[in-house]
Amino acid sequence: MSIKISEKPYKERIGQGIENDFMRQAVSSAQGRFRTGRLTQAEELGNWEDWRQLGSEIRSHTLENIDYYLYQLSEQVEKRGGNVFFAQTAEEANEYIENVVKKKNAKKVVKTKSMVTEEIGLNETLEKIGAEVVESDLGEWILQLDEDPPSHIVTPALHKNRQQIRDTFQEKKGYNKSDTPEELAAFAREQLRQDFLTADVGITGCNFAIAESGSVTLVTNEGNAEMVTSLPDTQISVMGMERLVPTWEDMEVLVSLLTRSAVGQKLTSYITTLTGTRLEEEVDGPDDYHLVIVDNGRSKILGTEFQSALHCIRCAACINVCPVYRHVGGHAYNSIYPGPIGAVLTPLLDGYEDHKELPYASSLCAACTEACPVKIPLHEQLIRHREIIVEEEKKSPVSEKIMMKGFAQWASNPAAYKLSTKVARTALKPWTKDEYIENGPGPLKGWTDVRDFPAPGKQSFRTWWNNRQKGGEA
Amino acid sequence: MAIQNREAFLSNLAANLGRPQKREGVKRPEYSVAPQREVFKDYSTEELIEVLKEHCKVIHTDFVRTRKKDLAETLKEVLDGYEAKSIIASNDRRNQDYGLDVAYEQFADTIDVHLWDSKLGKENQVIAERTDVGISFSDITLAESGTVTLMTNKDNGRSISLMPKCYIAIIPKETIVPRMTQAASKIHQDNENGVDAPSSVCFVTGPSNSADIEMNLIVGVHGPVKVTYIVVD
Repeated sequence: MSIKISEKPYKERIGQGIENDFMRQAVSSAQGRFRTGRLTQAEELGNWEDWRQLGSEIRSHTLENIDYYLYQLSEQVEKRGGNVFFAQTAEEANEYIENVVKKKNAKKVVKTKSMVTEEIGLNETLEKIGAEVVESDLGEWILQLDEDPPSHIVTPALHKNRQQIRDTFQEKKGYNKSDTPEELAAFAREQLRQDFLTADVGITGCNFAIAESGSVTLVTNEGNAEMVTSLPDTQISVMGMERLVPTWEDMEVLVSLLTRSAVGQKLTSYITTLTGTRLEEEVDGPDDYHLVIVDNGRSKILGTEFQSALHCIRCAACINVCPVYRHVGGHAYNSIYPGPIGAVLTPLLDGYEDHKELPYASSLCAACTEACPVKIPLHEQLIRHREIIVEEEKKSPVSEKIMMKGFAQWASNPAAYKLSTKVARTALKPWTKDEYIENGPGPLKGWTDVRDFPAPGKQSFRTWWNNRQKGGEA
Repeated sequence: MAIQNREAFLSNLAANLGRPQKREGVKRPEYSVAPQREVFKDYSTEELIEVLKEHCKVIHTDFVRTRKKDLAETLKEVLDGYEAKSIIASNDRRNQDYGLDVAYEQFADTIDVHLWDSKLGKENQVIAERTDVGISFSDITLAESGTVTLMTNKDNGRSISLMPKCYIAIIPKETIVPRMTQAASKIHQDNENGVDAPSSVCFVTGPSNSADIEMNLIVGVHGPVKVTYIVVD
């Protein structure tokens, strides 16, 4: 996989999302629960705005000095017996990891959930050289068995129901029990335990790397990250270059913001902080450690008006409050990063060409900005994207261009404007029902496919105004 | 070999930021607020224990309080509750202070007891995998979130708290602090003073869990299914 998850056009993806009743129901209830959890936690602290302010100051300082802190991080990792590879592109990162896996002659690789490895398409790279790659996060494992992309950055299999999951387990793993979540999870425990014990290489993502000590922090609930980093002798951690904090004290604040904002927990079950290779006489942990730091388009965002998008700590709070995500679901965004942050980030990382619709997949209600624990002005960045698309790139969606062009010609010709506003009601009568147009002709079709359009009034505004001036019907 | 491609990578970042690369002279600023230091600021140990006890209900963890002299007995009761036939424990020097060395010898009459032995290498993991209950000490205990902080060393492997189906954390009362802030500050201070961070610091909060299937909370996924905290006065 790469950042894009399908070749289907935007409208088709939206349509699929809207027609998927189970997904919409699941998303809507998940949003409600996540949102309540976050608000409860915020309220309990009482000074949530101070926390957001602190989070935002830590992220700003780190990104302003990212070269300094990455240098420090790499020095510390080396001091603790690890290797550091700086990868400017996805290809460089994949090539390095492929070489480590080859050198170890590794047959089996176990992974923790990691968005950046999805982004660079690591699994496909490793499978090509014949390594078996096992995703160990329950949601990711389900998706891997079913060859389906994630639809949410915290609960990736949100769009699947238990019957689908049971069927997948049956078909791919010979499962023969019920579809209760407990039995399904117990089966995953039993199956994956064997994978953990026999894997040659463990691959993790990284929530926060700590520059001062060369440590990597992983935030999980299932215990799979503990397994992946305790048992195999070789460990590779892959991080987007901005997943970085100066010190343990900063890590602590951001972890507190992350777990509260993501799942409404004070802390998740496991906050695992790993530094280099295992020490002498220790048994658990790797004796060969690699940290891969990935740019893959991020550096282009530095020094621009979008720099604060790199402050994101991947909590999905913006996704969980977004009314657009609620209706179309994650896959409609055609990016592994969906929702408001995805709509901001995806065009920056992957270009406007394939993602020009995303900044429009927002009602600009600003709920995302309000929810963000590190105060990224998401809706303002979406507006800025639209401005760039329209003004500089001339890439606004075709239908909008034609419509606006037509509107301009029509509205700038007083005779045509006057005539059409007068005849509109009559002309549209065949499609009108109870003062609404449900399945309009021509240019109205795009609109009325998804919602009704009010029928033109009995008189145009101009006629009404003239009458009113003359003291007629108002 | 150890560090590759750094120069080109970092100079590109500095160029995009419109300045020369920084290697030194960066100081963390005084942030304008510090809300993390306000949480349970003036709480006594007793009040923090109350917070911890309450939060154990949220994180599906059994809470037990005992005195040092009764620890062996209390531990046995919890083990019997788990119907433990085998245990694995850290080879902690605190075992002696808390009378656990003697207790483990007595337990060995009726159940399998393995103390982590670095000389056995990977065999420790194999034993942990087939053992019913893991037991270790919390190094720093976070009242707010109900978290035990486990620092790895050669006598205290991570597998103890991870592989068995049940886990028991022994929490000396004096390890209890308000929240993660105090634990992170200590490790930060140690680092400043030239004391390296342990190879792993695990902040463990109750049993493993997942909500990946239809948002249903499942307690007990890859790590332990049941957890008990024993606070010792």
